[in-house]
Amino acid sequence: MSADWEMVVGLEVHCELATATKLFCSCRNAFGEEPNTNVCPVCLGLPGSLPVLNAAAVELAMRVGDALHCEIRRSIFHRKNYFYPDMPKDYQISQYDEPINVDGSLELAGGARVGIERAHLEEDTGKTTHVGRGGRIHEATESLVDYNRAGVPLLEIVSAPDIRSADQARAYVGELRGILMATGASDARMEEGSLRVDANVSVRPAGGAELGTRAEIKNMNSLRSLGRAIEHEAERQVALLEAGEPVVQETRHWNETQGRTSSLRSKEEAYDYRYFPEPDLLPVAPDETWISSVRAAAATLPAERRSRLSAAAARGRAGGATDGEVPAGLVATLVELDLDGLVLGAIDAGADPKLAVNRAANEAAAHPEAARGLDPSAFAALLSMETSGRLSATQAKTVLAQMLEEGGDPTDIARARGFEGLSEEALAETVDKIVAANPEEWERYRAGDPKVSQFLVGQVMRETKGKANGKAVMALLAARKG
Amino acid sequence: MAGRISRADVVHVARLARLELTDEELDRYVDQLGAVLDHAADVAALDTTGVPPTAHPLPMENVLREDVVGPSLDREEVLREAPDSDGARFRVPRILGEEP
Ligand SMILES: [Zn+2]
Repeated sequence: MSADWEMVVGLEVHCELATATKLFCSCRNAFGEEPNTNVCPVCLGLPGSLPVLNAAAVELAMRVGDALHCEIRRSIFHRKNYFYPDMPKDYQISQYDEPINVDGSLELAGGARVGIERAHLEEDTGKTTHVGRGGRIHEATESLVDYNRAGVPLLEIVSAPDIRSADQARAYVGELRGILMATGASDARMEEGSLRVDANVSVRPAGGAELGTRAEIKNMNSLRSLGRAIEHEAERQVALLEAGEPVVQETRHWNETQGRTSSLRSKEEAYDYRYFPEPDLLPVAPDETWISSVRAAAATLPAERRSRLSAAAARGRAGGATDGEVPAGLVATLVELDLDGLVLGAIDAGADPKLAVNRAANEAAAHPEAARGLDPSAFAALLSMETSGRLSATQAKTVLAQMLEEGGDPTDIARARGFEGLSEEALAETVDKIVAANPEEWERYRAGDPKVSQFLVGQVMRETKGKANGKAVMALLAARKG
Repeated sequence: MAGRISRADVVHVARLARLELTDEELDRYVDQLGAVLDHAADVAALDTTGVPPTAHPLPMENVLREDVVGPSLDREEVLREAPDSDGARFRVPRILGEEP
């Protein structure tokens, strides 16, 4: 986008709460089950059925509210009325003007702060599948509905329009996902739809104070498409304004394949939800005792885990193989993949901090699930074999790959692969032999010619069939030079 | 009756509620809803400064349920009551417009 304009973005994130049952009935809250097997009179909206609020959903909402520094308060539910077959009651129960969490904030890894206007409870809708030519809604001949998801508890987290770039939007959702997972509130999987993001996008002249007319973008199902959609929409609005045309306030649909948003304007009249207080539910007013117990049990949040890992890495042993500086990006990746525990454990067990971070973030992170199951002391043992020169970097990576795939002890794996055939004495003998066989090169090396060291190392490598560690050879050569 | 609600309003509200009303019914509801709104206007005219809004007539809060799974209905029985199904899902007529 040209520097004359800035985008203003607010995000609405819906996440399915990880309760055992639905929000207002005791049907199972589960993904991917046989259609319409988790349904009852309440979530099917049968006459005479009455909702009863799930305490666990309130608790999870409070945990998220607390993590987002919200004020947790007395709240009530409303009915949002509309006719659409995804809601068999013809209304959705949602918190409207008195939500449970208000006025919070989320700090991004880069330091930017995004305001949280509210985080409220509501029920999810059923899943409709349009059948007919092409499966697209306007060509559909009929629709099929599964109500397993109807009534599943959702937390809708609404940010302030504080986001200024697609990168920030992605960072916000990434950070929020981390918080949702850390608090146990949700598994927050965008691909499975347990985390859904809508973006309110507007543009204004750079540095302007007034907000432009916004469009709401829906249907982004990955962080990547979120970024693309926001960028595309901002460009579209800039093009309109530069051509002297107005931006229309509307909902637009992101098309991933075409890489563009399109209007959802239908012939139907605008929705008029006629919100009114849900007469079948009483207010929820968490008292101080409940709120404090939630605060007391608060999980360690990603931001704190990052600083803990950075600090541990920075406390690198004096004179260690590497200094303690580790890139913030790697630290963030490790926390995101829940691998910070592995690295902290390995550092505690004496591993070189920077090497631990690197091997975990680069190699282990390719198989995060297996890596989370790795024994930190075995991981530390492998790293020590590498820092001591018993394994080359390539060999260490091979051993690690096998540990991730099949488990096992790094020493055993290295031995089985013949990586440990070379004792320190054997290596020293080989170096002596190569020096003796190449007196001219040795003299040049002693005289300080840096290029010839590669030749000598190469000779040792050839002699040991690649089993020697390059760094260890260099160290031996340097020691020999005196 | 110089109404608090116009005939057009009633048509709109009826449409939102998916009610099909005859002309006679429309006339009747314009009058009846007008009377209801007159009463609401009387209440609204009272000075309620300092009176907290009532969300519910019962003086109770926090009526909650433990998060324990209970039995759901038998799918066959559920779908038997539906106008149409494919054996697993409810079948509904083609939907006009996107979801709200
Ligand atoms: Zn149910």
